[in-house]
Amino acid sequence: MTPRQRRFGLIAAGLVALGVAATLVLSAFRSNLVFFFSPSQVLAHEAPQGRAFRIGGMVVDHSLKREPGSLTVRFDVTDTVHTVPVTYTGLLPDLFKEGKGVVAQGSLGGDGTFHATEVLAKHDENYMPPDAAKAVKEAREGMTMQSVETKSMQGSP
Amino acid sequence: MNVNWFKYASPASFLPLASRLARGFAAAAVVLGIAGLAIGLVIAPTDATQGDAYRIIFIHVPAAWMAMLIYVVMAGWSALALGYNTRLSAMMAQALAPTGASMAFLALWTGAFWGRPTWGTYWAWDARMTSTLILLFLYLGVIALRAAIDEPRRADRACAVLALVGVVNVPIIYFSVQWWNTLHQGSSVSLTAAPTMAMTMLAGMLVMTLALWCYCIGVVLWRVQAIIVEREEGAAWMARRVPA
Repeated sequence: MTPRQRRFGLIAAGLVALGVAATLVLSAFRSNLVFFFSPSQVLAHEAPQGRAFRIGGMVVDHSLKREPGSLTVRFDVTDTVHTVPVTYTGLLPDLFKEGKGVVAQGSLGGDGTFHATEVLAKHDENYMPPDAAKAVKEAREGMTMQSVETKSMQGSP
Repeated sequence: MNVNWFKYASPASFLPLASRLARGFAAAAVVLGIAGLAIGLVIAPTDATQGDAYRIIFIHVPAAWMAMLIYVVMAGWSALALGYNTRLSAMMAQALAPTGASMAFLALWTGAFWGRPTWGTYWAWDARMTSTLILLFLYLGVIALRAAIDEPRRADRACAVLALVGVVNVPIIYFSVQWWNTLHQGSSVSLTAAPTMAMTMLAGMLVMTLALWCYCIGVVLWRVQAIIVEREEGAAWMARRVPA
């Protein structure tokens, strides 16, 4: 083994050791590295108790209620399994929408309502022009209509 | 084609090559940059949910990719510098650090300006953003460490070790959006899945990426010429060199 091969060997061994160490550290801190908790985790008491945390999920369709004469809003956040009601006083981000992603920071009240101090919109990684988005939406609605039809057909012998 | 690549490990023979290549890449960067901006700002359609705010993607994503890629390349040159003990490899690593730092800064800065109108905040401590901030600090650390050591060959070795240690951060940045739930959205473009964006948008982003590649290669080759001339001052080949 020449000194040069030994140096490269040492570099490779060092990188492998570092990789293993980093993996172990990251898996040890796994639960601390999440940005938000899902409603299911919150209801299962996996979210931190007694201090502020973030809750993330989808805003339930038609759940957004504005209190007249104030900036207070109420909406439900869901991960399609469980739902947590959220109240917030302040301006909502432009991309905040029913049926879209949201991340709210705050704390859980005794009544199970999440009192948010900050609401952020979470958008997905799909980018498309408005007409394409419309076409996708129509196609999707067509598909659900179709599946409802097939189901009802199967259901009626 | 049989090229003796080791010939270009010598600063004396690499200097004229770097000069020629830098000019070529700079010209390509200008042409591709204009084409990419035209596609991104004029031809590409607006986004259905984000409107025109999404157009920051045409600089944000290429800059973020470059920041990660340059770090890996810098670590590669550092490994060669440690293994072969070659001067030019360390000079390349030295030349890459400021460009990498500027790309990491650009990614964070444009990300903040994109996050404000879409998410509603300039900054959040999620895994993707925090690990990218660490990348910027690693670049700054490499630059600062070199500035702190007077003897260039000792600085080469110290910076190479730091660059190699920091390379574990790059896969963390890349996979952060898969491993943890983050505010940052997932990848629109990956090696394994079809891209999730319209074709013209994708074209604009890829042309801008090529433009940024050419810019970075050009600027790094420019900088490495200055580093060679500075560090080889007093060497015999420099005295014999015909001034360009």
